[in-house]
Amino acid sequence: MKLVFLRIGLLSCLLKLLVLSALAVPAWAQFRVEVTGVGMTQLPVVIAPFKGEAAAPQKLASIVQADLERSGQFKGLAAGSVLLDETSRPDWSPWRQLSAEALVAGSVTRLADGRFDVRARLWDVVKGQEKSDFKDTVSAGELRLSAHRMADWIYQQLTGTPGAFASRISYVTKAGDRYSLWIADSDGENPKSALTSPEPIISPSWSPSGTQLAYVSFELRKPVVYVHELATGQRRAVANFKGSNSAPAWSADGKSLAATLSRDGGSQLFRIDLNGGEPRRLSSSGGINTEPAFSPDGSALFFVSDRGGSPQIYRMPAQGGPAERVTFSGTYNISPAVSPDGRWLAYVSRIGGAFRLHLMDLASGQVTALTDTSADERPSFAPNSRLLVYATIFQGRESLMTTTLDGRIKARLAGQGGDIREPHWGPVRK
Amino acid sequence: MTKKFLASLLFVALLAGCASGVKLDDVPVEDKSATSSGVSTQGIGNDQNGAQTGVSGVVVDKSGSSIGPVGVAHVVYFDYDSFVVRAEARPVIENHARFLQANKQRKANLEGHTDERGGREYNLALGQKRAESVRQALSLLGVSDSQLEAVSYGKEKPAAQGSAEADLAKNRRVEIRY
Repeated sequence: MKLVFLRIGLLSCLLKLLVLSALAVPAWAQFRVEVTGVGMTQLPVVIAPFKGEAAAPQKLASIVQADLERSGQFKGLAAGSVLLDETSRPDWSPWRQLSAEALVAGSVTRLADGRFDVRARLWDVVKGQEKSDFKDTVSAGELRLSAHRMADWIYQQLTGTPGAFASRISYVTKAGDRYSLWIADSDGENPKSALTSPEPIISPSWSPSGTQLAYVSFELRKPVVYVHELATGQRRAVANFKGSNSAPAWSADGKSLAATLSRDGGSQLFRIDLNGGEPRRLSSSGGINTEPAFSPDGSALFFVSDRGGSPQIYRMPAQGGPAERVTFSGTYNISPAVSPDGRWLAYVSRIGGAFRLHLMDLASGQVTALTDTSADERPSFAPNSRLLVYATIFQGRESLMTTTLDGRIKARLAGQGGDIREPHWGPVRK
Repeated sequence: MTKKFLASLLFVALLAGCASGVKLDDVPVEDKSATSSGVSTQGIGNDQNGAQTGVSGVVVDKSGSSIGPVGVAHVVYFDYDSFVVRAEARPVIENHARFLQANKQRKANLEGHTDERGGREYNLALGQKRAESVRQALSLLGVSDSQLEAVSYGKEKPAAQGSAEADLAKNRRVEIRY
């Protein structure tokens, strides 16, 4: 008996090794919901398997359901083996027995030109009525995007708020001595490498149009700010002044960056016009001024300064001027991110040696801790202001996490073959 | 120059040969490696619809460095949360000052580093403070500012990988590079 167990143990160990070596190539998994709060009100929905998806390159229903569940606002119910599409007249009784409130069914059909026709219908199960229709025509490579658009449509129909699943995130991985900058769908899938370098890459930041990234690369043995056109791979150094150049943040019109330059000594904030011209200095205090983040209306700049003796978050007019302090509790508050709706400030605060993601309601100044991890870094908001992505160390590994703004639902994207860090959430794709 | 160009081409070719992790669309490879920094671009492009979904990969080459004064330490260490050059580092800094004054055509990069605790950008600014402390010490000894550049790696390039205090202490440093 003992021997049999041993053999099985050995076999499963060998299998695990095989699986691990297969994953040594950067194959990043999807963001998986790992932390679920109790007592949440989540809308029960059924996303039926799409007619024709068995023959299509992507399983649309499961992509849509995973998106909705990651938002924390939905609970996906098993659809079973019922065959439905957007033209069906559903039998309501089984869904009402499951307490489902909404039902989505649809179809995916390959067209003569190779593209796919994606259709779906959303029903209100309680009322027994159709609520809305979805239609999209996409290439095979865009089927995942179409599923994310569908999740956005369902989210909008059922919550009244636009969804943000049809967006992308960027992040950096380190595997051995190689650093890579990646662009992935908001669920972590479909990653593409935009840059590979033997030197560190940090602080990727999406342009408002979603076509360019600014980041800091150390390839010239010092931090230099680059702007990188994603479709063509064309890149140029936009801040390569004497000393260090870092922390790029795009203005809302995409025409300029705020960045930190040390060319005048210390770390100072500058505005850099992307059409050229001399950078304009914004901050005037000595010491450290860094991590600029524009308010959504572009009028203010949040940033970190040690002018009061410890790093705190301040706010000043975007053109420069007097700064007011924003964070008051604790002795180390860094990495400000303002939500696109202007309501929230996310940042990292050191509490008893642990670096934790915090959220401030900007109107009231009230602060909530969102995590119980100890090495959180670099939060950024989803375009609809309802989720945050950040980097942390979870169970001993560098991971990216998403969290709802109440901290209750968290999903994790783990690096499979190395470290994963520096996430930034980009805009919704047109 | 030609050698370097060929080497970087080979490097790109090698990478292209093993870059099977990500499936990329078929767009002709565009080589722009003939720049002094050894930066290379591969077009990997747009999707079938020409939608702005494409991401083109870029590969960056390794850049080299040269030698400064021989038989002299090139690293200066700092206390936690401190930017003050310790007394024990004075002889090291004086040696580099003498070398730079005797070799006016040589330039030194002062690379500040921090330990792993805290945010990347804030640590970059902290490392900058350390690098500037060393720059000031060298300036006070008569080294021309045009020979010096203070930069920071923040916490990106730790000298020791562990998280014990002994490792962290090795990482709070300024490296003097030529």
